[in-house]
Amino acid sequence: MFPHRHLLGIETLSQSDIVTILDQAEEYVELSRQRDKKKAVLKGLTQINIFFENSTRTQASFELAGKRLGADVMNMSLKSSSIAKGETLIDTAVTLNAMHPDLLVVRHRNSGAVGLLAQKVNCSVINAGDGRHEHPTQALLDALTIRRHKGRLHRLTVAICGDINHSRVARSNIMLLNKMENRVRVIAPPTLLPNGIERMGVEVFDDMRKGLEGVDVVMMLRLQQERMQGAFVPSTREYYHRYGLDVEKLALAKDDAIVMHPGPMNRGVEIDPNVADDINRSVIQEQVEMGVAVRMAVMDLLARNIPNA
Amino acid sequence: MTDLILSNARLIDPETGYDGAGALRISDGIITDVAKGTGPAAPEGTTVIDCDGKPLAPGIVDMRVSVGEPGERHKESYRSVGRAAAAGGVTTIAVQPDTDPAVDDPAVMEFAMRRAEAASVVRVAPMAALTKGLKGREMTEYGFLLDAGALAFTDASNAIADPTVFRNCLDYANSLGALVVHHPQDPAMKAEGCVTESLFASKLGLPGVHPIAERMMLERDLALVEVTGARYHADMITTAGSLEALTRAKDKGLKVTAGISHHHLVLNEMDLEGYPTFFKLEPPLREEEDRAAMVQAVADGLIDIVISSHRPQDEESKRQPFEVAAIGAVGLETLLPAALKLYHDGLTDLPTLFERLSLAPSRLLGLEGGRLAKGAPADLVLLDPDVPYVLDRFALQSKSKNSPFDRRLMTGKALRTWVAGEEVFAA
Repeated sequence: MFPHRHLLGIETLSQSDIVTILDQAEEYVELSRQRDKKKAVLKGLTQINIFFENSTRTQASFELAGKRLGADVMNMSLKSSSIAKGETLIDTAVTLNAMHPDLLVVRHRNSGAVGLLAQKVNCSVINAGDGRHEHPTQALLDALTIRRHKGRLHRLTVAICGDINHSRVARSNIMLLNKMENRVRVIAPPTLLPNGIERMGVEVFDDMRKGLEGVDVVMMLRLQQERMQGAFVPSTREYYHRYGLDVEKLALAKDDAIVMHPGPMNRGVEIDPNVADDINRSVIQEQVEMGVAVRMAVMDLLARNIPNA
Repeated sequence: MTDLILSNARLIDPETGYDGAGALRISDGIITDVAKGTGPAAPEGTTVIDCDGKPLAPGIVDMRVSVGEPGERHKESYRSVGRAAAAGGVTTIAVQPDTDPAVDDPAVMEFAMRRAEAASVVRVAPMAALTKGLKGREMTEYGFLLDAGALAFTDASNAIADPTVFRNCLDYANSLGALVVHHPQDPAMKAEGCVTESLFASKLGLPGVHPIAERMMLERDLALVEVTGARYHADMITTAGSLEALTRAKDKGLKVTAGISHHHLVLNEMDLEGYPTFFKLEPPLREEEDRAAMVQAVADGLIDIVISSHRPQDEESKRQPFEVAAIGAVGLETLLPAALKLYHDGLTDLPTLFERLSLAPSRLLGLEGGRLAKGAPADLVLLDPDVPYVLDRFALQSKSKNSPFDRRLMTGKALRTWVAGEEVFAA
């Protein structure tokens, strides 16, 4: 069973919770590859995707996941919402709650905002990313991708490279991989590392070549445009030279190491197109496929706990 | 007016360090006699209050209180702030100029003081803005503002980034003998930070500000104080790194003092689990090592003054994601119990504690209070230092209820408070 009402982060999940989600997601990977992709486990339920921060991919993934499971899915777009009119997050939550949704999928630019919203509604809330805090479904889909390629999700060495400081994806992944008993390395210039990172159960490298030696998995992170020019790194080209994943640097990892990226990619900034598009190494497209399956699994498991009022 | 005798008290006098049995005689709002020991019987024609052996101390002089008048009366009015102060054993509040409009002009100050006079049951000591609109660019009229009653100059939570402007503020204020109160937190380093940069903040994903931002600004300020010779008070020092700079300045004989809010003496960053916005303070809550160092510095006297840093905020502005929620906490009614923790932990005796709470701020502002002596104003608090209770924020007198101590176990509270011999609070 899955003893949670919400999925707000990886932090509150146990090892067995993670395995439960991934096992369920495997079934949905199969289902999604059939001609008939529907299974009506969410029939009659209402899912609202509310994205206070723009995201095409994650929102589409959640929408498709809900529709495949038979939910009525509504997307709230930021521009048409009353947030622009000064309505607070809590007001929005209370208003939506009155429409009796069963599943709320929320993304917000502030850390902790999704948890705050979850306190004010009486349906299940799924965190689709809050500030720099957590992005649990991304970590779960990454875990599923790794498990399918490596045949296990423990005793692997995983390097996470790039803007760790501003990344919720990095935080959720570090937590999940540690919970599953892997070795996690982070590779970044010190300006892109959060304070206290060395006490988060990771090995820290500012030399990418050393950090990549012998790893099973290379996870690249996106470097936001506004952080490229001077404030955090001197320039795009210097960043690419030192921290961009190219064929030469990747050769230091294990021969069968896989390359991951949460997307969208900056080709030529953090990753060489030849690596990103190498079908033998890059599993980036598969991550997208796993995303839908993992989100189906999460919503299915949460919905099983919804009482029949 | 008949004389009042407060008898059978445990007198706490920070000026002489006396902590023992005694009685006070009060006439026309002034202490007219201090009898140590059991004292003589009360003469005819006086009102006698039996203090039941409880500590009787000079009322607290709180160096940093924000009131919502003018501009935000729904958060705190002079009437409500006066009641809150009295309930917390605070008899003088030094009000901040960060109102709307800011107190950067004698007319605004006169308006605020008229409101205070009419509505507040405790004394109000006004602070005026250091710069116009608290913007850190142009000086306010220090001379006129002093004439209008300003006791100190501060830009509240806005630190003056430009060193030339700040130097001129110090220089000009010094020519008038005025006290400059500054908030030493480097605004450029603060950027979008809303908590102290640390492992814990990183896990919460909250943008942090490095604790060095405080020491950097303090070091700059102290260098300029050395150049100008001005009277300078750092309103809140909250990191161990700053103590070294403060020690150096004091050893050099500069006219420098420092304060700390009671929040920073008993809370730390670990209280931020779950993003509780009532704990969003300025400066942000620090790591435990810093908190412990601050407690020791208060006990040692390196930090001179403990304040409430009372900053009322309405429910709406706090019911927000942490990063965008309003900053500050009410504190007038929790200052005394939080400060008493030092006494209960054996770090200070009561006279020393009231030196930090009453005498030192009183002297710094040039007031007469903070002591139990003939001729001193009869601003007094009778307290029970040992009574335990669970704080209910909705039971606070303050109009705003944003207390981080809600539902926490507190020890000690004010039983009665007098301002100029008039009882303004009785529990």
